Amino acid sequence: MSTVATDLRQAVEDAAAHLYVWALKDIPQDLRDALAAAKDRETSVPGRRVLETIVKNVDVAEAENNIVCQDTGIAVYTCRVGEHFPLHPAKIYEALKIGTERATLNTPLRSNAVHTLTRENTGPNTGYRLPIVHWDFLPGWDGLDVKCIPKGSGSENMSFLKMCVPADGVKGIKQFVLESVVGAGGKPCPPGIVGVGIGGSADYAMFLAKEAIARPVGTTNPDPEVAKLERELFDLLNETGVGPMGLGGDVTVLSCHIEHADTHMTLNPVAVNYQCWAARRASAHITPDGHVDFDREF
Amino acid sequence: MAEHRLTFPTSEEDIRKLHAGDLVTVDGHILGIRDRTQIRIFDQGVEPPLELNGAFLLHTAPNVRKLGPGKYEPMCVGTTTSARMVRFTEPLGRDHGVRAIAGKGGLPDEAIEPMAKYGMVYFALVGGAAALETTQIEEIEEVYWEELMPECLWKFRVKDFGPLWVGIDSHGNSMYRDVQSEATKRLEEIVAGL
Repeated sequence: MSTVATDLRQAVEDAAAHLYVWALKDIPQDLRDALAAAKDRETSVPGRRVLETIVKNVDVAEAENNIVCQDTGIAVYTCRVGEHFPLHPAKIYEALKIGTERATLNTPLRSNAVHTLTRENTGPNTGYRLPIVHWDFLPGWDGLDVKCIPKGSGSENMSFLKMCVPADGVKGIKQFVLESVVGAGGKPCPPGIVGVGIGGSADYAMFLAKEAIARPVGTTNPDPEVAKLERELFDLLNETGVGPMGLGGDVTVLSCHIEHADTHMTLNPVAVNYQCWAARRASAHITPDGHVDFDREF
Repeated sequence: MAEHRLTFPTSEEDIRKLHAGDLVTVDGHILGIRDRTQIRIFDQGVEPPLELNGAFLLHTAPNVRKLGPGKYEPMCVGTTTSARMVRFTEPLGRDHGVRAIAGKGGLPDEAIEPMAKYGMVYFALVGGAAALETTQIEEIEEVYWEELMPECLWKFRVKDFGPLWVGIDSHGNSMYRDVQSEATKRLEEIVAGL
């Protein structure tokens, strides 16, 4: 689908409103394929039944035009802004916020946002510093890519950080990821995508882990060393036997994605951000003249 | 693994017939509760506005559309992570006669003893399978404590609600404890081989 708007701020707002609902209703094809394959290879009786129910649920959501999961999540967007895109990021943020509110009120969607101390609801899935936006800026380009990732809390609660030391090495990284996923058990709605952020700093490692869960299933890190670690961890995680919804089985994770950054010689940070099986994700590309293409994955 | 069909509210006798790993389908009335609902009952000492004896409690905060005063249509009703609310298990059984707690992801081992003592079970739903679950809800009959929206106390009438696994039974068994124990053993072996 594509639209053209004359007002660029309005185009971004409309795109956000569409992306939030689209992501909640329509699970991407790579996930559907991964879930179907998981159903076929699972041998435990409850595990297989869980995966059959999941696949059926994705179909029911489509047939009923309903959202897949009741948790409309915390609205997270990643924005890739071209140097020559004619709308300032401050205005892009405003448009994403209003778009999120519109989607929440018009659909209607459950509003999850609360003040972190008083726990009072702050509005239609927006509030102070909500939605959350990850920014990336590209030189020599005039476009804007927006990806919406409504992040469920069941899986977000299963986020872990460890400041391993250099002497822990790669073994320390593997051990921490394995312990995190076994410790999480059925709580993050397995089988999902395990996002791992390594290197950088404490905060940046967690940022990278979130970037990792937003990648489509089947993609690999471009660095061959990191890609090798992704494959190894994927196999080891599926040997733990946690299984679908933590009820035991062969399929504990659908994928393991790692994003990395260079780091200080004394640091070895490892962050784990879990993404549930309903790994919702929707993208749009916006041109400087307000043309919005909703079919573009980035 | 046996399969059962139960209508709620139900009796301790029926609950005692269920064993960890059994598959159950439920009809009748179930109550939706969540973190804030139970904080109000147990931490703030507010009496629940309806009878919980024999009840099936579902950990949920649904997406609804308001039709009129106190009347809501279910849009998308699913379930949330139960482990956050484990400390309410014992008082729900001891003080209110609750028979079943349902949610996703399981309850930690501290729930096993009160469930055996008071005759309760934990039902595991498939987390995230909310679109399907919504088709099994016939009506939202009552809503209490609307000011806690969406963490109100909801009364749903359901038909063919499930599939539900008996994750923890009233005889001291837990699928979660068994799976965790096996996974911890495998983890130790994997780590030893790294």
